[in-house]
Amino acid sequence: MNPAIAKSLAGRDGLATLLRRIWRYRLLYLMLLPGLLYFLIFRYWPLWNAQIAFKDFQPMLGVWGSPWVGLQHFQDFFSSYYFGQLLANTLIISVAKIALGIPPAILLAIALHETSRRFLSRIVQTMSYLPHFLSWVIVYGILLAMLSPSEGLINHGLRALGLEPIPFLTSTATFQPVVVLSEVWKETGWSAILFLAALLSINPALYEAAAIDGASRWQQVRHISLPGLMDVLVLVVLLKIGSILDAGFHQIFVLYSLPVYSVGDIIDTWVYRQGIQNFQFSLATAVGLFKGLIGLVLIVVANRLARRFTGSSLY
Amino acid sequence: MRKRSLSPSDRLFEWSIDLFLVGVLVVTLVPMWYVLMVSFLPFGKSPSLFLAPWDWSFEAYAQLIFQPTIWRAALNSLVLTLGGVAISLTLTVMAAYPLSRRELPGRGLIVGLILFTFLFNAGLIPTFLVVKDLGLLNTYWSVLLNGAVSVYNLLVMKTFFQSLPESLEEAARIDGANDWQVLWHVVLPLSRPILLTIGLFYGVANWNNFFEPILFLSDRSLMPLPVVLRDILTGLNVAEYVEGTAAQAAPAEALKMAAVVLITLPMLLVYPWIQRYFTKGVLIGSVKE
Repeated sequence: MNPAIAKSLAGRDGLATLLRRIWRYRLLYLMLLPGLLYFLIFRYWPLWNAQIAFKDFQPMLGVWGSPWVGLQHFQDFFSSYYFGQLLANTLIISVAKIALGIPPAILLAIALHETSRRFLSRIVQTMSYLPHFLSWVIVYGILLAMLSPSEGLINHGLRALGLEPIPFLTSTATFQPVVVLSEVWKETGWSAILFLAALLSINPALYEAAAIDGASRWQQVRHISLPGLMDVLVLVVLLKIGSILDAGFHQIFVLYSLPVYSVGDIIDTWVYRQGIQNFQFSLATAVGLFKGLIGLVLIVVANRLARRFTGSSLY
Repeated sequence: MRKRSLSPSDRLFEWSIDLFLVGVLVVTLVPMWYVLMVSFLPFGKSPSLFLAPWDWSFEAYAQLIFQPTIWRAALNSLVLTLGGVAISLTLTVMAAYPLSRRELPGRGLIVGLILFTFLFNAGLIPTFLVVKDLGLLNTYWSVLLNGAVSVYNLLVMKTFFQSLPESLEEAARIDGANDWQVLWHVVLPLSRPILLTIGLFYGVANWNNFFEPILFLSDRSLMPLPVVLRDILTGLNVAEYVEGTAAQAAPAEALKMAAVVLITLPMLLVYPWIQRYFTKGVLIGSVKE
């Protein structure tokens, strides 16, 4: 072979080997293609569109053609009256859901683990997981049955006691508690699964040894079950903090109404109304982007911490 | 679930545990039971937890069942649920299998690209613009495609494929099978439990989905059951779903709750399977060590 050609081939050797390797796996790449296209079109193209957060988007000009306005929309949002309100509502609802949601889930897991009545344990598990699979629209129907001022069960009770009925879903005083407690009602059984799994993985010999040493059942829970739950608890709390700006968009979208916007409106619902209903595409995108960036930082930090403290992580 | 011991304090402990479980059961079931009772409510009675069976009226159900709009919505729900599961499962399997093959060049990069979309979301409006620019608004493709692949499900499936013994695939390859044949004839038959679990994950999510239809569809005749239920519950467009005569045949709250029951029913029918596979699924994919 001509030495010059041989030399140039050797220079391209790395590339050629790589291409040969890729060619060898062409069927796998072909298989991967539809999924990859999905992510490019429905997840990365929106990323490109997100530039309208820094533009004055006009549908006629398109995403690329609309004029730049810099940080205008961010400044508008941060200096607006909504910013504080939305952030407060989002955080209050989120934190309350974590604080009031985890203790019942742990209690339920411990009770399911401790009871000696297998039938009771099984039926409670089956029934308490069920609401997790119901759409928020169905739960809204159930809440209407319980809480509606005219026909709701609870207001019937109040009236029977000679009290005024309370419009739970449309009163600013009760809307947030309704959101938080309905989430607890819907998700407690489901969240208990992780804790129950942790309890089942505790070595039974620990309980037997404690019983022989005269520990009461309560002492066994206190000194064996609860410590056995710590790792999962830390993991669950951290991951929930990682998504703290997700206060439950679908739930609130179904439950809220004009009279309770001041306490029920969260970042996501506001973005929806501004963007889709009021056609403020750029402003809504800016707020969504702000939420996405904070969320990214939070979840990466939470995941780091989870890995450090428990050795487990989400990804 | 352990052996009983007999000291008085332990007995008290067991009693309180069982009492708590019964309490959970009551709190879970009473609202659902009450919905059922209200749906049977006849005119002239006030709703109660213990509506006597001889007072039960099935008029609200009769009124709803003969509404063509409800049946059209049920058909829409079926199309969106089954079509969605077919598309989602196909895309997820076809992406998860190559990514489960450690030797694939560029695998880490591609997994990273996919994982990033799980951590960072560009938001509602930029996604809406994509669907709009593709011309998919007001077609089922918008709902079917936008949420087609869940990163979480994809990673769970990839992990499952990685856990399969490599020797079987190796043997098939030596016999001359290509990657597609290996996937179809060796990997998928071994993956029935995970396919069922993730298929159910997608199915339940699609069946319950109401937001994307509201967001992307404007034609009312395309709406699935949850959207119709929401309209009935909020009293919007009710005339479209129940004729004037229905309001005279059954109390409004009975009609609303009968709609809740009817739309929950299909979920209750498949719930035994869902429960079996889901509880396994949540533990398969819960944490990565």
